[in-house]
Amino acid sequence: MRYAHATAGAARRGRLHVPEKLVLPGWRARLLFLGLMLGMGSLLVRAVYLQLVQDEFLQRKGDARYARVIDISAHRGMITDRYGEPLGISTPVESVWASPEDMEMSAAQRKQLARILGMTETELNKKLADTSRDFVYLKRQLPPEDAAKIVKLGIPGISLRREYRRFYPAGEVTAHLLGFTDLDDNGQEGMELVLQNKLGGKVGNQRVIKDRRGHIVEDVVSLRAPKPGADMALSVDSKLQYLAYREVKLAVEQHNAKAGSIVVLDARSGEVLALANYPSYNPNNRARPAPQVMRNHAVTDLFEPGSTMKPITAASALETGKYKPNTLINTEHGALVVGGHRIRDTHPDDMLTVAQVIQKSSNVGATKMALSMEPEVFHRFLSNAGFGEPTGSGFPGEANGKLRPYKTWHPIEQATMSYGNGISVNLLQLARAYTVFANDGEMIPVSLLKQDGAPTGKRVFSAETARSVREMMELVVQPGGTAPLAQIPGYRVAGKTGTAHKLDGGHYVNRYIASFVGLAPASNPRLIVAVMINEPAGAQYYGGQVAAPAFSNVMGAALRQLKIPNDAPLNNVLKPPAEIVEEEV
Amino acid sequence: MSRLNLLLLAVVILCALSVITSQHQARKRFIELQQEKDRAQQMEVEWGQLQLEQRTWAIPSRVEKIAESQLNMQLPAQSQVRYVHARTPTGGRP
Repeated sequence: MRYAHATAGAARRGRLHVPEKLVLPGWRARLLFLGLMLGMGSLLVRAVYLQLVQDEFLQRKGDARYARVIDISAHRGMITDRYGEPLGISTPVESVWASPEDMEMSAAQRKQLARILGMTETELNKKLADTSRDFVYLKRQLPPEDAAKIVKLGIPGISLRREYRRFYPAGEVTAHLLGFTDLDDNGQEGMELVLQNKLGGKVGNQRVIKDRRGHIVEDVVSLRAPKPGADMALSVDSKLQYLAYREVKLAVEQHNAKAGSIVVLDARSGEVLALANYPSYNPNNRARPAPQVMRNHAVTDLFEPGSTMKPITAASALETGKYKPNTLINTEHGALVVGGHRIRDTHPDDMLTVAQVIQKSSNVGATKMALSMEPEVFHRFLSNAGFGEPTGSGFPGEANGKLRPYKTWHPIEQATMSYGNGISVNLLQLARAYTVFANDGEMIPVSLLKQDGAPTGKRVFSAETARSVREMMELVVQPGGTAPLAQIPGYRVAGKTGTAHKLDGGHYVNRYIASFVGLAPASNPRLIVAVMINEPAGAQYYGGQVAAPAFSNVMGAALRQLKIPNDAPLNNVLKPPAEIVEEEV
Repeated sequence: MSRLNLLLLAVVILCALSVITSQHQARKRFIELQQEKDRAQQMEVEWGQLQLEQRTWAIPSRVEKIAESQLNMQLPAQSQVRYVHARTPTGGRP
């Protein structure tokens, strides 16, 4: 140790010639070294902290300077009629939004802005009052011209956002059928709601790099591809739809009725060619009317079909083999007591054939036929003809109708059901039931969407039965029947009237539902038209007076429109119609 | 040796410059692509609006009203309609 000290001292003195007084104390070097080390250490720690701990946050902040995720809007699919005519189209509109915090505007600008937005300055100020929020809609769905004016004002903190708005060119004519969408273009009612999954576009987004001027300079990655909604073709024919709407409106206004509906079916394919209700509303107007007006009565409302049920009863009776079309039925001079209730005919007859029971709409005759069957058998026929069964249209709020289980039937109920009381249907169901007469006994499922092939039907009655009932229904529109006003020049028509008392609190009241369901041309049915007029308040309320003319107008025009060849001479209409046989209600 | 190095240096610089130009080109093209896409969308929007407009003008109730009020046309009554049965004349069109 000593030696070591000595040599070290000698070296210092000898080799470096450092004056003794300038020798720095060793601790300073060590302090400096320590300081440097500390500095480096802290840098190292900081680097580790930034690189490893805060890496994600910083990366995000960095990306935020130039990388943007932008939405790629996807528009909603178009709804078209069967020929591709647009019925509902989405078109872009601009919504104005503001970030109150970033807004700077002069009093003049404020005034102008309020004017373009169509609100008072106080309203505008109220919207902008909460400066803590950074997104406030000032006005949604502004026409592009107004939006352009706002851009021109150049107020910082105000931006536009592209949205889509639905337009319905046919307005009130298709209102109930199509329904409408909400502000975000999602279906809320009608077919818009039914087809929401197919029509609705899925907004996509992608990550891009933007330059200083806001140009997209690089498409980094597509996060989600946008999926525009598909266009959907309905089964509806827009011309027939207009016709149906015009006629239902006319009938409702003429007879001071509460409401009315018309359904036009393609008898072979089961496609709904028109479905119109009145009163209606304009779906292009954002203000919604009373819920009652928005209801699609033809599908969501149940009514007792009344005598339009009788052809089904007659067909069931024929099918059992106990009756032939010319079998005579004792109609008991128009009155029959079943289970303590009296069933009456307006036009008392002693004996009627099955065909005449349909022609004159005899309740007693229908009752006798119904009571000849076991409840189980009658129930099976009704159920097969679609009573109490959903139509499969998928329409929101569709009412399925009531057909009570046969085990609970009393004879009086079985009797009243034969002429359409104590059973309820919607108009579309009733029209569907008549496809059995148009298709030789097969019931065709109805559809609101355009079908490609002919659907397979379900056999309810034999072809022979269906044809003979069709012939009976042709008598209905002849003089001596209940609906000569349903005749159409140049075409044979088969149909049945219905007039039913309305139920109010479980009791029948003297308010009526007048209906008519018919098919044409009777020799080879192509169309089925069902008309229902709710509470005609005029002097006339029978189906043959109120609903039959509307049927004749719609059916006649539709047959011409579809260029369906005549199956009768043009002078086949027997005018003036002889006295209309008024049916029992 | 140093010659080779110089050569390689030149190559590297050349490559670096061409990367820069191609990147720039790519961005310019991309902006063009975006503009075309925007234009395509704009046109699609216009197409929708035109369809809507056409449909609105051609709405049956409007056509009917104009036919009745301005052109004095009317729907013939059923009795006024005569049907002509098309027969195929010899040598004529079917």
